[in-house]
Amino acid sequence: MGAGHSHQLYRPGDTLVHRLPPQCKLAAVAAFALVVVATPREWLWAFGIYAVLLGVVASAARVPPGFVLRRMMIELPFVVFAVALPFIGFGERVPFLGVTLSVEGLWAAWNILAKATLGVVASVLLAATTEPRLMLLGAQRLRLPPLLVQIAMFMLRYMDVIVDEMRRMRVARESRGFTARDVRHIPAVAKSAGALFIRSYERGERVHLAMLSRGYTGSMPVIQDLSASSRQWLTAGMLPGAALVVLLGTTLVNGGL
Amino acid sequence: MTASLEVRRLAYAYPDGTQALFGVDFEIARGERVALLGPNGAGKTTLVMHLNGILTPGHGTVTVAGLPVGKESLKEIRRRVGLVFQDPDDQLFMPTVREDVAFGPANLGLRGPELRRRVEEALDRVGMLEAIDRPPHHLSFGQRRRVAVATVLAMEPEILVLDEPSSNLDPASRRELAEILRGLDVTVLMVTHDLPYALELCERALVLSGGVIAADGPTAKILADSDLLAAHRLELPYGFALPRAEHSP
Repeated sequence: MGAGHSHQLYRPGDTLVHRLPPQCKLAAVAAFALVVVATPREWLWAFGIYAVLLGVVASAARVPPGFVLRRMMIELPFVVFAVALPFIGFGERVPFLGVTLSVEGLWAAWNILAKATLGVVASVLLAATTEPRLMLLGAQRLRLPPLLVQIAMFMLRYMDVIVDEMRRMRVARESRGFTARDVRHIPAVAKSAGALFIRSYERGERVHLAMLSRGYTGSMPVIQDLSASSRQWLTAGMLPGAALVVLLGTTLVNGGL
Repeated sequence: MTASLEVRRLAYAYPDGTQALFGVDFEIARGERVALLGPNGAGKTTLVMHLNGILTPGHGTVTVAGLPVGKESLKEIRRRVGLVFQDPDDQLFMPTVREDVAFGPANLGLRGPELRRRVEEALDRVGMLEAIDRPPHHLSFGQRRRVAVATVLAMEPEILVLDEPSSNLDPASRRELAEILRGLDVTVLMVTHDLPYALELCERALVLSGGVIAADGPTAKILADSDLLAAHRLELPYGFALPRAEHSP
């Protein structure tokens, strides 16, 4: 049995950030992302302060920079796209190391990079300090439809089981001399995928029977008390709050000039 | 005293017309441990599905501690009949052991300290209390099966119904589970074709074959009757023999 793919993002700990109820953290990260996105790209130092704010959260949660950096790989496709922009952008161009770059493209690239990076780091910190299942319970408290929460919960539980099944099917294929090398092998792989789908579907039926046998009537009983105190909401609100102060402050200063 | 489980003239045909049960009759007294033996395809699983109302009988009745299984009594029936499925991965669907064991009693309306007590007690009875906050998929197969037993014990059932409890267990896990089952103070119906396991745990055995009860008696006597076993595709493992009962009928 795998070591649990779903836990690679989570970093167990017992810090102030870890202890905050998940719904507070989810709301805080969403609000922070909104503030970041609403910040005009020219306000370079505001982004600097946002980064510092995230640094403070990371150190409070005792999440080391290397941990965050490795998990930022998910941003890579955006980075590639952003890097291309100065080369393909229109408008005024500036020379740089023998090539000319579009000024507009540079700004667009910076905009994407800065905002995406801040958003990704905030999400990585959220995931590093919140167990996946608690994240779902938090989402449920934020009024995410219970059906979606249940589906996500089962995905969390059965991911390893299904990945394991998939691995066994691959081993069985390869034990009989099959290796997927080119397009001609796609049909065999596709059939395995279909078989895997049917197996998972049948498992779903059996799980449903097991749930019925224990009195399931359509909704999951909420077992864990996840209520948040106003103090916890306030603590979680410090991150987007501080970011909002920076945004509004800068707006005032710029408006006053 | 009312029996824990009473099955009368139970017949069932699947929607596609395949008749699986042709009038099954038996009764299990409170506190008994009974093995339900039968070859593959004898209708064992179909019978089990009737015991807690997942399938509705085409004909006949199932009564659990005096309460007939029916649409109105379903909730109480499912509390009284604790079904342990063959694959613990089907039974354990919640992210942690604690939540999984709490699922049943929480559906019965239990909350707070009472719920907590039920969960801890049930896990303690199967010796899995230390795994309470672990995700089920990090446990060994034998541990998962024990947790699966705890999930139904937490509902304080009248009767525990186990579907192939010994399947896929290594000998040590098999023995541990046997010790746990023997220590439980609850009526047990164990569906299996692991005959030595039935002999070890159950004083009485039923043979289900071709959709009817073909034999009902002391396990040792049934397992010693090699003609009966052969007639119903049941076989003792190689090297395993029971002395024929001295005054067999």
